Amino acid sequence: MVIAIGGVAVRVNTGDADFLAMLEERYAGFVSGVAPAEFDFDVDLTAPAFADPDADVSVSHRAGRWFMERGDFRAEWDPATRRGWIRQSANPYSIDAVLRIVHTLVLVRQGGFLLHSASAVRNGKAFLFAGVSGAGKTTISRLAPPDATLLTDEISYVRKLNVSGLDAYVAFGTPFTGELAKLGENISAPLAALYLLAQGPENRIEPVVAADAGRELLANMLFFAGDQEMVHRAFEAACDFVDSVPVYRLTFLPDARVWEMIG
Amino acid sequence: MGFNQQSTISNSCVKLKMNKRIYLARSPRIAARRLGEEMLVMSGQGSTLFTLNPTATILWQAADGATPLDEIVESRICSEFAVQPEEAMRDAEALAEDLAKHGILLISEQPIPKPATSVQESR
Repeated sequence: MVIAIGGVAVRVNTGDADFLAMLEERYAGFVSGVAPAEFDFDVDLTAPAFADPDADVSVSHRAGRWFMERGDFRAEWDPATRRGWIRQSANPYSIDAVLRIVHTLVLVRQGGFLLHSASAVRNGKAFLFAGVSGAGKTTISRLAPPDATLLTDEISYVRKLNVSGLDAYVAFGTPFTGELAKLGENISAPLAALYLLAQGPENRIEPVVAADAGRELLANMLFFAGDQEMVHRAFEAACDFVDSVPVYRLTFLPDARVWEMIG
Repeated sequence: MGFNQQSTISNSCVKLKMNKRIYLARSPRIAARRLGEEMLVMSGQGSTLFTLNPTATILWQAADGATPLDEIVESRICSEFAVQPEEAMRDAEALAEDLAKHGILLISEQPIPKPATSVQESR
């Protein structure tokens, strides 16, 4: 099966029919049986074992290969051969973590990133709503009006693409869910704004100065690799983004009127 | 994490008396970018983001490995701020040492050759 997120297709090879069925359900809307893939991962299923759910993920780069490890999985990926393997038990969380890591590594080379943010498309434009846990990502997602299409309530997918000869940022739907536990729609749209969420006594939108925007964007960016080159690329990606996409602070009351100011 | 120990430096700048000269260079492990009025620098080691205050920004921008710190203070800092020159030099030395401690600048009593691939402020 092929899981295509943000236009980046990853083939997952497993001989376990039950695990395959689990993945098809988990990534519904992002699965294709026949699409060509950019990367191939062989999944080696192991017996379930205790794994610390709060364990840190380790991502390292040696001899051209990426090594990923957490209590519940080990994985290796060679970008040159476009192949890798994952050793995990038959659960959807481990492969989900590996996919997030691989996508961050692919995206950062292209000036894109995964962001702790909800995102939605309205009137053909995409909007990001970033914030730490409790800032309101789930709330703003839940309040979205019928004419807004949710891309994700938790992890946004941002790519820098060349559109009609110009660099543009495009947000894609993701299957990475938060409290809503609702997969995003597998669509994309050019980004119109990033909103930094804060809940307050009134609905208000204020511009954010570039340096604050950069700091907050970096604070909310998913990034796992300690590799110096990749850290620098992520930094440049964040700076480029705030140089070209408007960033606002959105203070809001938890009711639907906030969406009158968006789109 | 930031550098907020900004010096207040006067325009009455005179030639500084130095026992030794100090040279500064940008660490190749750092990426830097000016966003609006502020200079952000990212350390590749530890993924730490720093925000430089105006004086630290001047030191960063002038850290070419060839210009001694006293000349930087005289030509760049004394012309920008209002403070006694001795105090300016004292504060600049302390700030440079702090920046070096965080891996942002390299400090030497000799000129520092440019590495083969030097890291530049990208904008």
